[in-house]
Amino acid sequence: MRDPLAKQVVNLKPSGIRKFFDLVAEMPDAISLGVGEPDFDTPWHIRDEGIYSLEKGRTFYTSNSGLMELRTEICNYLQRRIGVSYKPKEEVLVTVGGSEAIDLALRAMINPGEGEEVLIPQPSYVSYEPCAILAGAKPVIIELKAENEFRLTAAELEEAITEKTKILVLPFPNNPTGAIMAREDLEAIAPLIEKHDLFVISDEIYSELTYSDEHVSIASLPGMRDRTILINGFSKAYAMTGWRLGYACGPQNILSQMTKIHQFAIMCAPTTSQYAAIEALKNGDADVAEMREAYNQRRRFLMHSFKEMGLPCFEPFGAFYVFPCIQKFGMTSEEFAMELLKEEEVAVVPGTAFGDCGEGFLRISYAYSLENLKIAMERIARFIEKRG
Amino acid sequence: MRERILAIIEKNSRIDLKELAIIMGEPEIEVANELKAMEESGIICGYHTLIDWEKTSIEKVTALIEVRVTPQRGQGFDNIAERIYKYPEVNSVYLISGGYDLLVTLEGKTLKEVSGFVTDKLSTLETVMSTATHFILKKYKDHGTILHKDEVDERMKVTP
Repeated sequence: MRDPLAKQVVNLKPSGIRKFFDLVAEMPDAISLGVGEPDFDTPWHIRDEGIYSLEKGRTFYTSNSGLMELRTEICNYLQRRIGVSYKPKEEVLVTVGGSEAIDLALRAMINPGEGEEVLIPQPSYVSYEPCAILAGAKPVIIELKAENEFRLTAAELEEAITEKTKILVLPFPNNPTGAIMAREDLEAIAPLIEKHDLFVISDEIYSELTYSDEHVSIASLPGMRDRTILINGFSKAYAMTGWRLGYACGPQNILSQMTKIHQFAIMCAPTTSQYAAIEALKNGDADVAEMREAYNQRRRFLMHSFKEMGLPCFEPFGAFYVFPCIQKFGMTSEEFAMELLKEEEVAVVPGTAFGDCGEGFLRISYAYSLENLKIAMERIARFIEKRG
Repeated sequence: MRERILAIIEKNSRIDLKELAIIMGEPEIEVANELKAMEESGIICGYHTLIDWEKTSIEKVTALIEVRVTPQRGQGFDNIAERIYKYPEVNSVYLISGGYDLLVTLEGKTLKEVSGFVTDKLSTLETVMSTATHFILKKYKDHGTILHKDEVDERMKVTP
């Protein structure tokens, strides 16, 4: 029999998180700080709209791009929150989570096998690199630095750009570091994007979870809107991970091609989720504010705890992760995480799961109750003390 | 700062001052001063405990009583409300818009005790025109807290 498999798929590295997941799964009593989704339930009024739509028998396909009402609400929301206007009919696509939108954007823009380069700042979410490879691009990693608080600087960007560079993935607020790009950080890189005629895939799934200033989208900068695919979704802002709903916005010429792939591969995003999402956008602001405040309290608590136990960590202002540095203990991230799990039954994710340059760091999620975090911090402090 | 303090301690009055200051990102002394000021001015009226008595061996009966009264010239409902709320077994007294005037909640050991209070004390007050007593059979949610809920974290333990 012939080899049934595609080489490029077989050659993809499995997600570094998988191994850890299997280990933790065998330890039912372990406290996990390894989760990448909110601990809140979806607010009831949003769930209720989903249930209502089912009761009404709204169980059919929607248009490929998504319900018109939802797309209109998405545009209203983006206008209101980041000051960028999109046309609901031509410039919005509702997707199965933000993840699908990442895949679509890359596949719609990359000519496979022509060596087109996609710049991926790391540490970052695990999907960009494999999606770029599957789209036939050459991923080029930009290693972000702790001394820059894991922001992307103009110098780093410039150094990575070649003639073949076509796309920059901009994953901020960032998973796993919690870093954000403030307006001035974005203004520093925008001229380079224009100068080298690049396109941006801006993954702003954590945009509602920032704790210093309001989130700024690169699409809101002069000249950037028409070279940016803005990706967002409902998972993090409204605690709707399992609903699998995201969206992409951008110039019509790119969006229409993304919609074509989506049409053939997916048909449309889940209908129930779309109805629930309309309610989220219309009446969910207060829920978001409340959850943001709860995350912020936990974030402050963790920063304080790290300071007390002497674990160095830059103060992150986005998402729901902190990214402390464990280099001084003379262990790799994986060794540290493994020993912490065995000894104190606390699960954290090694920074290396998000790129090689995550070595020396841990991702700790604060999508947990304060009570849980307190117990976990006591255990981590004890673990560190033994190695002081 | 006041609203932020109240939002937190309304849900967790046992939080200690140090932790409260940490999660708010404010200096401890300022939080302490605000708390004290709010206690003194009566914004914070007490730090109570929410108890699900059903899970204890202590028998309790709670009743909601709708009371219609004749308001008195010059005093409105305040006088009659005071006469009612001074009874220690009365838990709360609210002036209500709509079909009746005062909503009184009451706790007693037995049905008999509660109904005794209504017939002997409440109904006999001069300005009380009528009462309607509702006994609570089961508390599902109280003070924003769901009472019969098993909290299980159903998320996968490690996700990207």
